[in-house]
Amino acid sequence: MASSFTLTEPEIATPQTATSTRRMTLNMGPQHPSTHGVLRLELELEGEVIRSAKPDIGYLHTGIEKEFEVKTYQQAVTLTDRIDYLAPLSNNLCYSLAVEKLLGLEIPPMAQWTRVMLVELTRLNSHLVWLGTHALDIGAMSMFLYCMREREDILRIFEMYSGQRMMTSYIRIGGLALAPPRGWHNRIKSFIDGFPSKVDEYEELLTNNRIWIGRTKGVGFISVEDMLDLGVTGPMLRAAGVNWDARKQAPYSSYEKFDFTVPTRTENDVYARYLVRVEEMRQSAKIVKQALDGMPEGAFQADAPGLMLPEREKMKTQMESLIYHFKIVTEGFRVPEGEVYQVIESPRGELGYYVVSDGTAKPYRVHIHGPSFGNLQSIPTLAKGSMISDVIASMGSMDFVLGDTDR
Amino acid sequence: MIPETLKDHPAVRLVEDSILSAKFDHGEVTFEIAPDRIVDVCRRLKHEGGYIRLSDLTAVDRYPEEPRFEIVYHLHSLEHNQRLRLRSRVSGAQPAIASVTEVWRAANWYEREVFDLFGVAFHNHPELERILLPADWEGHPLRKDYPVTGTRV
Repeated sequence: MASSFTLTEPEIATPQTATSTRRMTLNMGPQHPSTHGVLRLELELEGEVIRSAKPDIGYLHTGIEKEFEVKTYQQAVTLTDRIDYLAPLSNNLCYSLAVEKLLGLEIPPMAQWTRVMLVELTRLNSHLVWLGTHALDIGAMSMFLYCMREREDILRIFEMYSGQRMMTSYIRIGGLALAPPRGWHNRIKSFIDGFPSKVDEYEELLTNNRIWIGRTKGVGFISVEDMLDLGVTGPMLRAAGVNWDARKQAPYSSYEKFDFTVPTRTENDVYARYLVRVEEMRQSAKIVKQALDGMPEGAFQADAPGLMLPEREKMKTQMESLIYHFKIVTEGFRVPEGEVYQVIESPRGELGYYVVSDGTAKPYRVHIHGPSFGNLQSIPTLAKGSMISDVIASMGSMDFVLGDTDR
Repeated sequence: MIPETLKDHPAVRLVEDSILSAKFDHGEVTFEIAPDRIVDVCRRLKHEGGYIRLSDLTAVDRYPEEPRFEIVYHLHSLEHNQRLRLRSRVSGAQPAIASVTEVWRAANWYEREVFDLFGVAFHNHPELERILLPADWEGHPLRKDYPVTGTRV
């Protein structure tokens, strides 16, 4: 009897040892559900352990930077929407701020506060999609449904002022596209009043959940030095204890007037990134509330004839306004020669727009530094030595958008 | 070459010998650096000036001017909360410049992007290949002599 066991045992054991030392190359993506877009990872595996990971990007490259060069400055706002499709308004804002700097435009307070409110709603929108899909990847299906439920409310708010759910192009050079519609502020108020309790609901499901903790705690570590060296920004850096947020360190669009804190953690793992983003949602809700309560009265666009489209009524009664309207629509406006690198804090991290003007009505060069581009670059360092299932969790915690990476 | 207002800027004092010209515009500081000094300047700014982050690296095509390409570096110091722009001009004939990947690893993808879209080569780059476009793509789309629509006849 005993001899029959000793005969069968090696038969099972031999192929196991043979496979565990053999390296295997595995393509993850570009259609893998957890890559959120079209990213391909070339994984070199030893069993389930990743020995090297090589991201392959560019599947969503649309040549947006080239397209900028043949559009007038104001037309190009519509292109900025299409870069990071989860944070279109952050891109609108960053581009507008850069061009406004070149023009030396003064933006009225009401427009500035509305902009802050909108980009914070965008942050909520983006974080909700992140949380829903991140949890879905790890196996918590219901989170996705709850997050999409709240996201729908935000998209309806966006739809109310612009008629569009995602690519709103509502923030324009010089202010906003239109005055906000009647009843819009009340709608935001009713949403934002109920939002903190929704965040409680998410936390109830995840924060102390044993499976969630098991999948995220201690997973996805990458040292602060590596992150700074590789160009990682945003919540990933803040979850490692680096308190850097452009809203505080280099305030724009009157962020300095708002009272909020920048959450940081020191654990530097997937769980810490989750906690940072959840707290960011609460802070964003706080900012939106402050913007609603203290919303200044006044114009929604800068007082700059020749740059801003004149009011409809004036166009019908004043010759000068009619001429301005014709000239702005057919030729655009000229922007003084110069260059500006504008940085804002997008939901994913540091978003930078480098705008070069040669004095004509079309930008000479626009370069977009998307936060996802820098963040993705850390995948080889982050994934090396980890298990393949942990890569799904770490990639989710990066919160990248491929449109933002490939442009 | 260096305006009076910038004479006391710590970064100016650090790499003054390599600055061809400097300007302060729209609240941003720009240094013009000779292409053969770029790695040395970057290393000094990172290790002695505190510019630990390379925020962005890109290029501008000044066709038909010569030198044709401007390679633009945006440096960021978290410690001093300061940003700095470096610019190096390289010729349009076989454009090339030394890679700064040994200073900041972040430059790896940024330089590959410039190589892909502008056709500027980076010496000593660990894996200089196209990043956004397919490997067999012809031409470099962000060059000013590359058409926006249609194909070249």
